[in-house]
Amino acid sequence: MSEVIHAGHHDHHDHGPAKGLLRWLYTTNHKDIGTLYLWFSFAMFLIGGLMALVIRTELFQPGLQFVQPEFFNQMTTNHGLIMVFGAIMPAFVGLANWLIPMQVGAPDMALPRMNNLSFWILPFAFGIMISTLFMEGGGPNFGWTFYAPLSTTYAPDSVTFFIFAVHLMGASSIMGSINIIATILNMRAPGMTLMKMPMFVWTWLITAYLLIAVMPVLAGAVTMMLFDIHFGTSFFNAAGGGDPVMFQHIFWFFGHPEVYIMILPAFGIISHIIPAFARKQLFGYTSMVYAVASIAFLSFIVWAHHMFTVGMPLAGQLFFMYSTMLIAIPTGVKVFNWIATMWRGSMTFETPMLFAIAFVVLFTMGGFSGLMLAITPADYQYHDTYFVVAHFHYVLVPGALFSIIAAVYFWLPKWTGKMYDEALGKLHFWLSFIGVNVTFFPQHFSGLAGMPRRIPDYALQFADFNMLSSIGAFIFGFSQLFFLFVVIKAIRSGKPATARGWEGARGLEWTLPSPAPYHSFTHPPEVKAEEVHG
Amino acid sequence: MKNFIARLASGALLAVASGSALADELNMRVGVTEISRQVYELHMIILGICVVIGIIVFGALFWSVFNHRKSLGAEPANFHDDTRIEIAWTVIPTLILILMAIPATQVLVAMYDTGGEDMLVEVRGYQWKWQYKYLDGDYNDTYSFFSNLATPRDQITNQSVKTDNYLLEVDEPLRIPANRKVRFLVTAEDVIHAWWVPDFGIKRDAVPGMLNELWTVVPEPGVYRGQCTELCGKDHGFMPIVVEVLPEQEFDAWYASKVTSELVREESFAETLTHEQLMANGETVYGTYCASCHLVNGEGIPPAFPAIVGSAIASGPRDEHLSLVINGVAGTAMQAFGKQLDPVQLASVVHYQRHAFGNDAGDMSQPQDVMNLSNGQ
Repeated sequence: MSEVIHAGHHDHHDHGPAKGLLRWLYTTNHKDIGTLYLWFSFAMFLIGGLMALVIRTELFQPGLQFVQPEFFNQMTTNHGLIMVFGAIMPAFVGLANWLIPMQVGAPDMALPRMNNLSFWILPFAFGIMISTLFMEGGGPNFGWTFYAPLSTTYAPDSVTFFIFAVHLMGASSIMGSINIIATILNMRAPGMTLMKMPMFVWTWLITAYLLIAVMPVLAGAVTMMLFDIHFGTSFFNAAGGGDPVMFQHIFWFFGHPEVYIMILPAFGIISHIIPAFARKQLFGYTSMVYAVASIAFLSFIVWAHHMFTVGMPLAGQLFFMYSTMLIAIPTGVKVFNWIATMWRGSMTFETPMLFAIAFVVLFTMGGFSGLMLAITPADYQYHDTYFVVAHFHYVLVPGALFSIIAAVYFWLPKWTGKMYDEALGKLHFWLSFIGVNVTFFPQHFSGLAGMPRRIPDYALQFADFNMLSSIGAFIFGFSQLFFLFVVIKAIRSGKPATARGWEGARGLEWTLPSPAPYHSFTHPPEVKAEEVHG
Repeated sequence: MKNFIARLASGALLAVASGSALADELNMRVGVTEISRQVYELHMIILGICVVIGIIVFGALFWSVFNHRKSLGAEPANFHDDTRIEIAWTVIPTLILILMAIPATQVLVAMYDTGGEDMLVEVRGYQWKWQYKYLDGDYNDTYSFFSNLATPRDQITNQSVKTDNYLLEVDEPLRIPANRKVRFLVTAEDVIHAWWVPDFGIKRDAVPGMLNELWTVVPEPGVYRGQCTELCGKDHGFMPIVVEVLPEQEFDAWYASKVTSELVREESFAETLTHEQLMANGETVYGTYCASCHLVNGEGIPPAFPAIVGSAIASGPRDEHLSLVINGVAGTAMQAFGKQLDPVQLASVVHYQRHAFGNDAGDMSQPQDVMNLSNGQ
């Protein structure tokens, strides 16, 4: 097993990281950059979470108590933008940086300098975006979907900074994706054929193509906004012959694949964790790969299901309803395969496994509400209510976010060479699990009862569920500070981890010592059958 | 919280007792129209299918979690592929989806049957109010009015007790007759809004430059409430929709009287008003149309919403002030109120702005001045 690898002994030119803080600025090492991405996304997660708590505090009771509507709108907008572009996406890129070279048997990423640049753009992008909150007239207040003309003719002056920030984030994502594709296609160890690749690598390969396909579409949308605002064009201005609905088509042509960009790598992570703790190989590897590819393809032809109420013709409505319903099929295949993997396994329930099982259950619930939303006539009643808020938070929080947390607990021994405290990890899980459900489950009810989303104040009939939701949000929010404590405690004083890390863990990364050496595989490893699929 | 638990318990009891739908707070409303009832049934079918699938899938998952544990001595099996079962769990969901799509398509086709209406109403969204226009067969505007939030400001700021229809009440509701097919043409003046009456089962975006269609037939007279459901700026949460459905004869009588009183109102534009009349009218108009941005005390929220207190416009030439209010300021949130207010209201509100909050322009604004300015353009 691990002693097969003699990288450290062979390579006398091997050198560790540079000294001092400048190490982090100049680094081209995939592990350093992965670490930067992960800490950055955690910082953004706390800032975005703070904004969520401002929202939930205002919504604790009917009436305006803490913030004014214009600031409330800035909070909902920035919460969404920061969580999507600042927390979830960079966290997955961080995991990709750490894991892909180790999982394919490479020394580093294919394009290390670009890797450095794609990270260091992000603090500037988010610095610009968050600074708009302190500008005269306030920051973006038009929702994370920034529908024109609210985001053009009627936007605060700071919208230009927002557009520039989105351009930077897009450039960073595209560079990151190119790097991931180049690494996966060129740097695999001999014998690591495509159909032997770990699921995390597969899901990221497909995600990277999605990013390259749609980030330029987003860049196009914000550039047209820029021209409408400053150069007198009328792309989205009906008075000048433009069309506000065209903005939504362009946005969601980006936006729907974007939704899968935030969930496909999560599928990959879960497909590592469940087999490891069931001590049984992933069921249906080939169908898992095809399911991810099908979901990626379908993501390009369902965008207008976000726009069922804009007034499309009947034929268009039917097409987007049917294509959206189709997504349930490959998604169902994934869920069934995970359960078949657990079936007749020999399971233990360490923290990563708890988060993974919660992922399967709660993500599936988000999938059910997604199927309900696909039914166009019913969607008219759900659209832009809290039912939608409940739906996408179920797929993003106990979905994407839980998978990231699970990944941190799962690979932390490999990254740091230390184990976290299992009891504290489990406590973190249960606090998060209770918090997330108390927050978001009642939102299904307030949505069905008719509460619109993005409102700072609401009618009295929604009061009970909003109060409950706010209580849940505080439980969930503060339990993530506890997560920070658990991770720092592990790094500082955790027990030493073995190379294998977990009894059932399989994959090339577990053949390296813990912590993994600075340059992962300086010699191509032998790809043994027991470490890969197929 | 006690209240909440009590209601949740009563909701659960109700569901058990009646064996049917849960209380209003927990589920979609059945509504009052044929369409809303069909939508509700569709919702319940899909929800039911999801619950059944959920019980089977989660049942299998938790069976495995409780039985296939290492601590119970479970040995891992060695299977990891089965083409037959993969085909089965691809084909069965496909069949279920087809079963769902059939009723969904039927309801959607019924909803798109917009023709053959008995009357036509234009619904126009503004930041942050709705305008309703009754259109006759030739699409002429016969009677139109604005429908504004009627909840007093001090309820919103928690200085007085919130009443039952908090945030769901308007100064003048849309009135439509029962049992007649009413077609709505939905559009917007500034940004995108969305017009939704849950009890009718209809929702459509109001998009500037586009006319969207909706229709309804409401069998039961009553008052039905909804809200704007597309983020439209600061007061998105404060532009409710109230539709009062009247028995047919009652509606006809009301409508005839409205058209007559419109003619009387237009005659009043020729009158000259006193300072006191203008100030009294103006304060009302200001409270409804101006105060949400420029605030009740006229201090505004600069820079987006400038102050009126000590403003150069409120002390400058009267006609420029009138023009600004009539035509709005392009590219800003300041709307063209000439389309929304009548000459008496415009003259009054400008006079009020020029003589309230410590402003003292010392001149008079009359409805006739407004008409002269509007005609001069």
